[in-house]
Amino acid sequence: MSDPMRIRAQVQGSGAVVRVLMSHEMETGQRKDAAGKTIPAWHITEVTAALNGKTVMTAQWGTAIAKNPFTQFTVKGAKAGDKISIAWVDNRGDSRTDEVVVA
Amino acid sequence: MKQRHAAAWAAGVLAVTGCLASAQAQTSTADGIAQYRALLADGNPAELWEAKGELLWTQKRGSKNLSFETCDLGKGAGVVKGAFVELPRWFADTQRVQDLESRLLTCMAAQGFNAAEIAATPFGRGEQVNLEALVAYVSAASRGMKFNLPQGRTEERQMAEAGKRLFYFRAGPYDFSCASCHGEPGKRIRLQDLPDLAKSPGDGVGFAAWPAYRVSSGELWSMQRRLNDCYRQQRFPFPGYASDATIALGSFMGVQARGALSIAPAIKR
Repeated sequence: MSDPMRIRAQVQGSGAVVRVLMSHEMETGQRKDAAGKTIPAWHITEVTAALNGKTVMTAQWGTAIAKNPFTQFTVKGAKAGDKISIAWVDNRGDSRTDEVVVA
Repeated sequence: MKQRHAAAWAAGVLAVTGCLASAQAQTSTADGIAQYRALLADGNPAELWEAKGELLWTQKRGSKNLSFETCDLGKGAGVVKGAFVELPRWFADTQRVQDLESRLLTCMAAQGFNAAEIAATPFGRGEQVNLEALVAYVSAASRGMKFNLPQGRTEERQMAEAGKRLFYFRAGPYDFSCASCHGEPGKRIRLQDLPDLAKSPGDGVGFAAWPAYRVSSGELWSMQRRLNDCYRQQRFPFPGYASDATIALGSFMGVQARGALSIAPAIKR
């Protein structure tokens, strides 16, 4: 099972700044292990952000994203008390969704 | 003859300006690294380990089905806040001076885990992964607090003294000691400034900055792993995990760092 994300969402101006830290190996599929065997690719392929259940952002990710990725974005019109949920899906079909209330 | 003299003089001037330029480059490199750390500190992935450690702390685990809430890190059973900045210290139940990792191992043994087996597990595998998370959680609970290692007992003073001797002990194919790199200010390995551990390196530097998330390896390193890597760099045999030698070095560095603010878990390149 995947580890939880750390999400922070704070009101700033007329929107909210959302900062997300995800726990993922983000293996590129280019590296080899000690035995010389290729380590298979294992990375997040899609990230979705929703404000009160309505999708506000989708992103397609690949092997160029770092391990334990950090991402930050602004959601226009988000107010204190709104719910921001972040979901990711990886190339093994594993997924994770975490939610946070805008502060 | 005169011409040659002039050429030598010119070369000398060049050498001097060259030195100045490289000295300037050095400070700006150090500033650059500091800026890089400040930028990353906001999204320090060590937080992921902290979150995991926090979950593990309250979880009932092992064959005895116990949580860490019965674990005494020196401030009483289950107390986490402020424990990190007073370790290593002497524990009555084990009759030993212990650092954070060896103490967590003792607690895991009480939960029914095989401590010797965990100590022999390579870093980043099996239960060692959970240990790293616990180390992150416990150290984070003392963030911003000052190191204040107890030195009231003879055992604690002996441990710090043994650590001091290990610190200055030269050996191995390179005739190296910890002090070779960490014994005077202004030393570095490539771009990395090295803390002067022969005296207190100051707030959030050296002992006060570990455990830390290393961006280069994408892992959280405990003090045990940091020391293990220092031993590798010195071409020494690897010290045993949570062995007395590592605890002694921790005691020495901790006593030197008394009064310094802990920023652990920090972020490193």
